[in-house]
Amino acid sequence: MSDAASAGDSIFIEIEMSDAVASDPELATKLQEVCPVSIFKATDSGPEIVVSQLDECVLCELCVEAAPQGGIEIIKKYG
Amino acid sequence: MRFFEFEARRIVEQAGIPVTSYGFCTTPDEAREAAAEIGGPTVVKSQVLTGGRMKAGGVKFADTPDEAAAHAEEILKLEINGHMPRGVLVDPKAEVKQEYYAGVVWDGTAKKPLMLFSDMGGIDIEQVAEEHPDHVGRGHISNLDPVFDFQAKEVIAATGVTGSQLNRATPILARLAELFRDGDMLLAEINPLAELTDGRFVALDAHMEMEDEATGRQAELLREKLGIAEDDTRDTYVPSEFERRVKAIDAADHRGVIQGKDHNFDGNLGLVIGAGGGSLTLTDAVRSQGGKPANYSEIGGNPSVAKACGLAKEVLQKDGVEKIAVMMSIVSNTRVDIVARGVIKACLELGRDPSEAIAVFRIPGAWEDEGARILDHYGVEYYDRSVSLWDAAGRAVEKVQGAS
Ligand code: SF4
Repeated sequence: MSDAASAGDSIFIEIEMSDAVASDPELATKLQEVCPVSIFKATDSGPEIVVSQLDECVLCELCVEAAPQGGIEIIKKYG
Repeated sequence: MRFFEFEARRIVEQAGIPVTSYGFCTTPDEAREAAAEIGGPTVVKSQVLTGGRMKAGGVKFADTPDEAAAHAEEILKLEINGHMPRGVLVDPKAEVKQEYYAGVVWDGTAKKPLMLFSDMGGIDIEQVAEEHPDHVGRGHISNLDPVFDFQAKEVIAATGVTGSQLNRATPILARLAELFRDGDMLLAEINPLAELTDGRFVALDAHMEMEDEATGRQAELLREKLGIAEDDTRDTYVPSEFERRVKAIDAADHRGVIQGKDHNFDGNLGLVIGAGGGSLTLTDAVRSQGGKPANYSEIGGNPSVAKACGLAKEVLQKDGVEKIAVMMSIVSNTRVDIVARGVIKACLELGRDPSEAIAVFRIPGAWEDEGARILDHYGVEYYDRSVSLWDAAGRAVEKVQGAS
């Protein structure tokens, strides 16, 4: 897993993506589309996490469903 | 929304109520022209949205057009109760035989418009109602059915007016009632309604106030018929810095809604409150138990974390605020966990310990278990629906007063 959000300053939510997800430009577009609070940004090399938006995550898991099983994990920092 | 006299005059005129010929003028030259057109003595009246014009020198009589122009020049420069005039109204000095009062107000108890008529016009209707109650006729109209002349006639006849006066005044009151209802008014008043020496009835002065919420659907009247610009809200309330900042936070994000007010509040307990009338109930509950709110607020409609955080930060930073109470009645749309994240984030970003800064958090409803986990993690005192709004408010007051 590449911890794409670990360097950010979110308080409540962190997102981990597998290496396969993190380097998939096609999936990046899909993730950008499904997330209702714009946490994913599609780039040519794959999805990027918009760290400033992480705490807005509504825990809908649409991103988890859009990715291959186990490819995305939503981590609640509050346990 | 309040109207200037010249606009109110146009509204009654467009409703088919007779008025004397008048001119709205913004320069002395226009006033001279209007007076010449009217012919004979005129009265020049300042157009301001405040009372006391006569006393302040904002109403003057003129015998010639030149005199009308000179009065207009003075009045246009005259500030009355902090208001500069929008212009002047030049009116003929009417030959009046008798003055009447015709009005329609919203009766909040009956939830219907109420027609009022008095044969003692030209003075405050409240004063007439108190001193001469038998000279005031009253009658409700339906919110939906047409206004019938006989309804207006009954109201006028109750004041003892009969004969041709009754017949002439009846359609005027009926039309005023129709324009009140169709124009979403809160007040539509002709005072005085004058019976001239030639027997005609004319509106000499009119006051109108429209429901603020109706300005959208009354766009045709406001923009096309009266030429009032969209941003001309006539709102005289000057928001505080706190109120302006909360409004800006709300406007920056379409999700949910927040409002903040702090006029006349200077307490030490900040309130982040809302949901289905919860704000009023909670503010009362805090005050009734000896608490001193620092503000009033409303939060709801499932705001974003950023919005909840923005409101909480503004409240926490208000002068004198020691703690905030985050309380709502049961929420179904707004998410408890999102509000919890917002207020905790506000504390952390301001370098405050959430368990100290948040006196109580009482929001039961959607995603409350998730909310409880977050609050528990930060040591914030959390109450679910088993604790009433009253008790939660009481607990917040106790904590801010240092009782625990
Ligand atoms: S769980 Fe929903 S809100 Fe959170 S990152 Fe995934 S799609 Fe966005």
